[in-house]
Amino acid sequence: MSRDDPVRHHKVALVGNPNSGKSALFNALTGARQKIANYPGVTVERKAGRLALPNGESRELIDLPGAYSFDAASPDEEVTRKLVHGEFEGEAAPDVLVLVLDAANLEQHLVFAQEVLELGRPTVVALNMVDLAERDGLTLDPAALSEALGVPVIPTVAVRRKGLPELAQVIAEADAHADEDAHKRWHLTLPERRLAAKHMAKGAILSKSTRHTIENGIDRVLLNPWIGPVILFGLLFVIFQAVFAWATPFADALEGGVGAVSALVTDTMPESFVRDFLTEGVLAGVGSVVVFLPQIVILFFFILVMEASGYMARAAFLMDRLMAGVGLSGKSFIPLLSSFACAIPGIMATRSIPDAKDRLTTILIAPLMTCSARLPVYAVIIAAVIPSTSIGPGIGLQGLVLFALYVAGIVGAMAAALVLRRTVAKGAASGFIMEMPRYQLPRIKDLAIGLWQRAWVFLRRAGTIIFVVTIALWLMLSFPKAEPGESQMDASVAGMVADGLHPILEPIGFNREMSLALVPAMAAREVAVSALATTYAVDAADEEVAAEGVTDKIAALWSLPTALAFLAWFVFAPQCISTIAVARRETNGWKWPVFMLVYLFALAYVFAGLTYWGAVALGL
Amino acid sequence: MTLDAFDHEKSARITAVDWAALAEDEGKRLKALGVDEGAEVSVIHRGVFGTRDPLAIRIGRMTIALRRAHALAIEVEPV
Repeated sequence: MSRDDPVRHHKVALVGNPNSGKSALFNALTGARQKIANYPGVTVERKAGRLALPNGESRELIDLPGAYSFDAASPDEEVTRKLVHGEFEGEAAPDVLVLVLDAANLEQHLVFAQEVLELGRPTVVALNMVDLAERDGLTLDPAALSEALGVPVIPTVAVRRKGLPELAQVIAEADAHADEDAHKRWHLTLPERRLAAKHMAKGAILSKSTRHTIENGIDRVLLNPWIGPVILFGLLFVIFQAVFAWATPFADALEGGVGAVSALVTDTMPESFVRDFLTEGVLAGVGSVVVFLPQIVILFFFILVMEASGYMARAAFLMDRLMAGVGLSGKSFIPLLSSFACAIPGIMATRSIPDAKDRLTTILIAPLMTCSARLPVYAVIIAAVIPSTSIGPGIGLQGLVLFALYVAGIVGAMAAALVLRRTVAKGAASGFIMEMPRYQLPRIKDLAIGLWQRAWVFLRRAGTIIFVVTIALWLMLSFPKAEPGESQMDASVAGMVADGLHPILEPIGFNREMSLALVPAMAAREVAVSALATTYAVDAADEEVAAEGVTDKIAALWSLPTALAFLAWFVFAPQCISTIAVARRETNGWKWPVFMLVYLFALAYVFAGLTYWGAVALGL
Repeated sequence: MTLDAFDHEKSARITAVDWAALAEDEGKRLKALGVDEGAEVSVIHRGVFGTRDPLAIRIGRMTIALRRAHALAIEVEPV
């Protein structure tokens, strides 16, 4: 990057404890134009943006993962340690470090601060969130702290842009001296650093009122053993409602948009291979994934609000006991919850789990949570074979079956976690030690940036891996071309695969049409519905009409045990190429996605079989 | 007395920590958070459904969640 000087990298890094307000400061310093990627070889997010200096130059600003110590206890801390020490392969050490301290938690944050300052690198301190410290009744003396630390200290309030010009100024000054040799400081032991931190904090605090922090009061309610869980489940109920109800108009609009583009292409282009490729391959494929964008954005909105407000840590606290029962911790709760909308954001959210084995287990069971792509399949089959009778006040049989399918997914996931934690993901009982951040009002700008980044990551994925795989599947379905009178599905490579599959699936009650539908449904589960529609030659323009037609056919042609076996299959089967692709990315290899495919298909086969034979034995 | 058995919302000083009873990373994390011999802590919240697990403790101006298994490895005395 550096053209004139091979030593300088024009890079500034934010470093500090978790919950020091680092990310908000990063957003305030760089604005919305940030680059998100992974550090090479690890699944730790690298956030970078441009920092404008007062002299008109700019520097690359990176937001290092929060760390309590260089004695790394998590992959995040390991990245920070290596990078600051200049030991990260393919990533040069920053020229200037901006040490971010929580003004209200100085005694704690000054411990790690000393470790950073021992390096002797050009460093400036952002005494962040001074407004919250004032709320807690603290008055601070930045000059005294600067004297004690021997580096410039600037009080900042990231969200109100307070102190930002001053911070940029001292960064520029430190940057000007970045070529000088590092003056390593005397190395202190941890108890020595703690003692020094205590003295420095004492010296920097001018006055301290004994006023109680608001956290105590709020936590008394939110962490109350009886009220806390009720509030949490109430909140989850609202989130679920929002994800499924609010997203529908947007999803419909997106679907309509994709349909309109597809129709436009059909109208304007002559009938050809290229046209089919565009409409049936590209647009249909990417469209089937992009329709989940509204749900994902709404889900992430709630997750970001929960994170930014400090409630997420409380939710993890409340759920920890339950998750500990299957060998996980409270930190697995949110990724699994997200997976009810879609396993892709769920698996992406596992990055917040520090324990590698916990994280792996959570990734492996995430696809068992009933994602929204299963709903179209469930809805069609249930409508076809389960009578819409009432079995009690307000309880319909169809709804009960749907509920049972959700429960089956959860129970399956918990059982799988128990087994996995004792076999392939064996390790010490997962711990649960986490700092509970202070409550804060989330800022619109930070939420907007976070939402945009997540939506972009999802779209980029839909545009690359998912795109390629969907195209491959379409090619399998389209070639070789059918003879007149023969159905395309039968003639295609996919049809041959289905023929090969059928003898395997026949013992668990699947007919040939079902075997056929499973092949294109590898792209996404709901494709099974349109695939069934195609094989039953239901001539319909859109999915809803197709679903109605297919419901009648299924009701007429499938036995009840067969239909139930099909439902059981979809509880477990990893019929989603995007999930596999994301799992590959998040585990850095093919080993675990392949394992996931094998164990979930095995479970699907066994449980579909048990369902079929059980239902036949019961004479259903 | 262990931290697990100590009175709710009363200040306690940590006299000893059985590091061998904790996983290496957990020990590191507790130390980094300041949970170490000599530190003053108090238990402020207990977990759900009668299991009283996990616990939230106050140390300095921070609140930290940990499990009973950890609290059982921490010896405390009243301040």
